[in-house]
Amino acid sequence: MAQVKPQIVFDPWNDPKAKPLIQCRSITKRFGDFTAIDTIDLNIYEKEFFALLGPSGCGKTTLMRMLAGFETPTEGKITIDGQDVAQVPPNKRAVNMMFQSYALFPHLSVWENIAFGLKREHAPKERIEERVAEMLRLTRLEKFARRKPHQISGGQRQRVALARSLAKAPKLLLLDEPLGALDKKLRQDTQFELMDIQERTGTTFVIVTHDQEEAMTVASRVAVMNAGEIMQIATPADIYEQPNSVYVADFIGDVNIIEGNASPVSGGPEGAISIAYGEGQDPVQAIATSPVTEGAKVFYAIRPEKITVSHQPDPDRANHAFGKIIDIAYLGNISTYRVQLANGQLISATMTNARRLERRAFTWEDEVWLSWTRTAGVVLTK
Amino acid sequence: MNKRLSWFNVTSLSLGFAFLYLPMLILIFYSFNASKLVTVWAGFSTKWYVALMHDQPFLDAAWVTLKIAVSSSTLATVLGTMAAITLVRMGRFPGRTLFSGMIYAPLVMPDVITGLSLLLLFIAIGLDRGIFTIMLAHTTFSMCYVSVVVSSRLLTFDRSLEEASMDLGASAFTTFRLVTLPIILPAVVSGWLLAFTLSLDDLVIASFTTGPSSTTLPIKIFSAVRLGVSPEINALSTLMITVVAVGVVSASLISKRAIIKQRREEQEGERV
Amino acid sequence: MNLRRLLLISVPYLWLTALFLVPFLIVVKISLSTTAIAIPPYTPTLDLAQGWAGFKDFLSQLSFDNFTFLTQDDLYWKAYLSSLQIAALSTLFTLIVAYPIAYGMARAPDEWRPTLLMLIILPFWTSFLIRVYAWMGILSDEGLLNQFLLWLGVISSPLHIMNTSKAVYIGIVYTYLPFMILPIYAALDKMDDSLNEAAVDLGASRLSAFWLVTLPMSRPGVIAGCFLVFIPALGEYVIPQLLGGSKTLMIGKVLWDEFFSNRDWPVASAVAVVLLVILIVPIVLFQRNQQKQQEAES
Repeated sequence: MAQVKPQIVFDPWNDPKAKPLIQCRSITKRFGDFTAIDTIDLNIYEKEFFALLGPSGCGKTTLMRMLAGFETPTEGKITIDGQDVAQVPPNKRAVNMMFQSYALFPHLSVWENIAFGLKREHAPKERIEERVAEMLRLTRLEKFARRKPHQISGGQRQRVALARSLAKAPKLLLLDEPLGALDKKLRQDTQFELMDIQERTGTTFVIVTHDQEEAMTVASRVAVMNAGEIMQIATPADIYEQPNSVYVADFIGDVNIIEGNASPVSGGPEGAISIAYGEGQDPVQAIATSPVTEGAKVFYAIRPEKITVSHQPDPDRANHAFGKIIDIAYLGNISTYRVQLANGQLISATMTNARRLERRAFTWEDEVWLSWTRTAGVVLTK
Repeated sequence: MNKRLSWFNVTSLSLGFAFLYLPMLILIFYSFNASKLVTVWAGFSTKWYVALMHDQPFLDAAWVTLKIAVSSSTLATVLGTMAAITLVRMGRFPGRTLFSGMIYAPLVMPDVITGLSLLLLFIAIGLDRGIFTIMLAHTTFSMCYVSVVVSSRLLTFDRSLEEASMDLGASAFTTFRLVTLPIILPAVVSGWLLAFTLSLDDLVIASFTTGPSSTTLPIKIFSAVRLGVSPEINALSTLMITVVAVGVVSASLISKRAIIKQRREEQEGERV
Repeated sequence: MNLRRLLLISVPYLWLTALFLVPFLIVVKISLSTTAIAIPPYTPTLDLAQGWAGFKDFLSQLSFDNFTFLTQDDLYWKAYLSSLQIAALSTLFTLIVAYPIAYGMARAPDEWRPTLLMLIILPFWTSFLIRVYAWMGILSDEGLLNQFLLWLGVISSPLHIMNTSKAVYIGIVYTYLPFMILPIYAALDKMDDSLNEAAVDLGASRLSAFWLVTLPMSRPGVIAGCFLVFIPALGEYVIPQLLGGSKTLMIGKVLWDEFFSNRDWPVASAVAVVLLVILIVPIVLFQRNQQKQQEAES
């Protein structure tokens, strides 16, 4: 992942003494009969870049709007910096938001848009000038200060929205799908710019997105949401390598799910189990992080890039399966092979295309061996 | 659709616009007729315009009409905008259905009924009829038109602009003043213009609600034309049509240029 | 915040209550009163000073006599019927004139459309009274239309149009034409061009494509336009007064005369109440149509 390597490990969530900037305690939000947010607990620490990730309608935007003050929780308590914010209206919160539509005031210039918040707190004129100039520099918009929003490009509008929401130096900045309106190339550049700005200003960022790649790239921690609940909160690496449920494993990246019955293996490493998943198939050798009972139904999740494809089984690896290539997706740098096992199970495996295409070792209908190690996948119970 | 018009379309458009504009063009043409007999052409003359300029009762009526139109449309714009915000933004409140009914009913109410009912009210409360009562009557029906125009703009208004303003620390009132009002201003202005025209144009309601001493221009014109066509009225009509035509054409030219300018700037904005 | 909200709601609310609802209730009340030679020229008058007894006394004196009177004198029901007929027929004529114009506009090149639209809206901003007046010089016996037709030799003696219901039809079609064109144009303009192309592609002739695709697609606009013409035409006063002469009966004119000439306020009020009751049907239908359209669009 594209994490900037910090000098000191930044993980306040592992420090029991650290006080979170934002605390959500059993937050529930109902709109009539519909429960948008269902008893969520969440801590966000200072200087974090926190991502709320989920499909549309999962409640992530509602959660963000409650932090901004546009919605009030039906139940539960939100504190920001130790203060209960239930009674604090949005215009009195030290929280600013960057809107999905940017919500730039069309009748005001870029400069006036950025100065809007500062003028509301009646800052002295020189202070406003200075701060707006600083924001324009930060977002490289100096040349466009006098322009109206419709006179600049989409990417520039996005930066104006960011500058405007940062101008008041909020404790917390909320970003609602900040890159949603940009095309792919611009989006990637802007992701790094966002991370850079977050680091330079030291502001706590909470980003709402449905794009898992974006969340993984920018965030220090990711909360995966589904149907009003938080499924898992963890660092991007942990979300990817140690998903806690089939939902999370499936939502982030590509994954093979093998469903089977577990039985503990004696004499192996700690937590070793084998999973029987089909007539005539060698059981999968895996490590369970929590104890499983004999015969329990489990899901074995393994990423395609953890599996190698070869003509002979790899003797160094604990797991082998034999099957036939039924599909090859060539993506330039990598190829994904879809292999059908004897019991009908489909497994995807990704190989790097180190060689030129014409010398590729495998083709359609080839019978191949799939191999992977004992620790390559995770055992999930839900 | 087809970029080239068929003969059928060309014919129907030409006939349609001829039907719409010929009567007015004939009116304008005959206002320059030297003869008093409207249907006989007796040479070019501007004497009816001169006569009109010296017709003191007409000038007085025009002045009264203008005073009523300016004051009622301004008041109607304020009230109508308030009503629009109430309808679109205030959610549920007791009596909301009655309120929206009272906004929409005057739009379809025949003028004779509106006029009659207001006159009966003014008599019941013993209010002397004159400029003031006409102004009240005009404000009442035109505020409903204003509120329809403004509320249709408010319905398409991007609420996140207001949320952004609140988020940046503005109070509800400041948000209205600095964000909402400037953006809906074009709709408010068209509401004012509509109210102004409706007031200028109204004959029936003004006839009911006026007193013996105050005569508006439409009342004056009406009592003159009941007796038949008169060249002086033709001259007056020509002046009124000209003012409106110049106003509407220049307004549409201005807005067309503004749209072209904005499009060009947007294209340039994408390029930089 | 809450005080501001209260102020915002209550100012227009009170204004409309005082100057729309209350006057209307007064009309209803007077329609139930009896004509009297007095100031005001009707009884009973509500005397609030007498409290509940006064109110009960007031209620007992109200009567439906005026409404019974409307059914007995055939002037009134003839006027209602003739208003309905004139409004309905002129709505139909307006539709026939307006549809080809709206269709032509919708087929016109994109760069013409704003200008065409402006030309349709422009008459709406000019004085209604003047637009009706313009026809007086054209339609009279020695008017321009007759002069023109005589010159062409189409007719040998002048047509009597002025001061007949024909002139009223022409007046209504002329003044309300924009109200019909605009909604039809809006409906046709929204229509996807490829629908017609698809119909032709599937073997329909251009005429049957129009009949089977374009016309049904423009139906909401046609319905809206018809109501926008019919509703105000029903209560019209100026057009029958200036163009219709004394023989053309329309209810707006009857109400006016009843009030100003006969000074019979209770009957005038009863006429107004019945007119409103008649209007409720098309208004409710119109509302339904608009709602259905909005739902279809959203």
